[in-house]
Amino acid sequence: MDFGSILLAFLIMAVFGLFLGLLSALASKFLSVKKDERIDLIVDQLPKANCGGCGFAGCEAYAQAIVSDGAPVNKCPVGGDKVAAAVAKVMGVESKKTVRMRAQVLCSGTTSLANRKYNYAGLEDCLSVAKLGNGPKECPYGCIGLGTCVKACQFGAIKVENGVAVVEYEKCHACGMCVSACPQKLIQLLPFDTDVWVGCRSHDKGPVVRNLCKVGCIGCGICAKNCPVGAIMVTESVAQIDYEKCINCGTCVEKCPRKIIWSGKVQMALGDTLGNDLVPETVESPKRRRKTDETTSE
Amino acid sequence: MLNLLVISINAILIENFVLVKFLGCCPFLGVSKKSETALGMGLAVVFTMTLASAMTWLFNEFVLKPFDLEYLQTIAFIAIIATLVQIIEMFLQKSIPSLYSALGIYLPLITTNCAVLGVALLNINNGYDFISSVVYGFSAGVGFLVAILLLSAIRERIAYSDIPKPFRGFPIVLIAAAILSISFMGFQGLKLPF
Repeated sequence: MDFGSILLAFLIMAVFGLFLGLLSALASKFLSVKKDERIDLIVDQLPKANCGGCGFAGCEAYAQAIVSDGAPVNKCPVGGDKVAAAVAKVMGVESKKTVRMRAQVLCSGTTSLANRKYNYAGLEDCLSVAKLGNGPKECPYGCIGLGTCVKACQFGAIKVENGVAVVEYEKCHACGMCVSACPQKLIQLLPFDTDVWVGCRSHDKGPVVRNLCKVGCIGCGICAKNCPVGAIMVTESVAQIDYEKCINCGTCVEKCPRKIIWSGKVQMALGDTLGNDLVPETVESPKRRRKTDETTSE
Repeated sequence: MLNLLVISINAILIENFVLVKFLGCCPFLGVSKKSETALGMGLAVVFTMTLASAMTWLFNEFVLKPFDLEYLQTIAFIAIIATLVQIIEMFLQKSIPSLYSALGIYLPLITTNCAVLGVALLNINNGYDFISSVVYGFSAGVGFLVAILLLSAIRERIAYSDIPKPFRGFPIVLIAAAILSISFMGFQGLKLPF
């Protein structure tokens, strides 16, 4: 065994390794970019889901924005108050209380309640169907129900039941991915504790809506008239609730002649059974329906 | 010139690193979900492969060869590539932040990519001179870029297809990659001079 060649190999590799080590050490000294150490501390506190719910590209980008651009510390919808407080501690500022939000699909037109325009078979994607006359339901504003929001949700909080997407509130982190994914713009972030919402986004006029769907908002304004705090406005033929004013009294839920203002206590029309229970009053007795019409037109 | 052209066509089509030599399969399958990221990864690979070919060839010629230490190629090349990638990363972060953020996590990922080590070793095995080595490294990178872009385009299409349940996700990607590979094997029929 040639001891000399082993020694030579050892020496050359050792010198070479030392050289490379020095090179990278020098490089890190001369090429280092000053990075605020608070960025790493904040990233440690964030959930690192990189969901983008804060409006930035990911947790790292959000941390960067907090430190360098003074972004608010309470933007992380996944972490909520706990993370906001931890981040605020790193930054040495007070965190404001965050309101926990949840996504809500504003359509109640399940398969049996909304009339169909055509039967669709093809790409399982709402975006492509939305281009075919705004979906297979006669109502051009309704939920298409092919689950583009389901795919967008990273937390598995959305499922499609009876042709309408439904959010499981407990799993929802209000990251807003579904809001931007929905081609019908049907999903809205509401305060988590809110009990009432209008389950329709149809901007069609009352008579048109009535022909298309059994559970559409006809824009009669009865809810707005009866709201004790004036939190409801009817704009473009659809009632909208201002959640800053709403006190969750439930008056609108009782007064709505179409029964499309839902209350969390009644629960959303998860199944057709529940939807059917509510609908006959307004739909199956024509006389009664006409009566409501008269009241609305007044 | 013709020689270099033959080398590059050879590396891109006939002996494509991913599809024919099966080197660098990990990033090929890992980051080919979207065309954008695939492009970023491909460009990063082109970049490092070119530089790594040059550096390793020089090291082999002027350090290992004079001392008859060619058997240390593998370990020495790994060290060179790792250091090189590190320094490139720091350099980009300092001087071209936009490119740095575009390449993102892909640069450090390449450090341990077998395709980069493969190109360095093949340069020596094929007995290329310096210019040929650099051209070979560059074209091998382009070959990788072509392959990963093709697969990402296929995957973007597959995402909207109705695939039988057992094949959803990775199985169909592996099948697509295999068919892509088989079709690239067809280039074996190209008879080039040299």
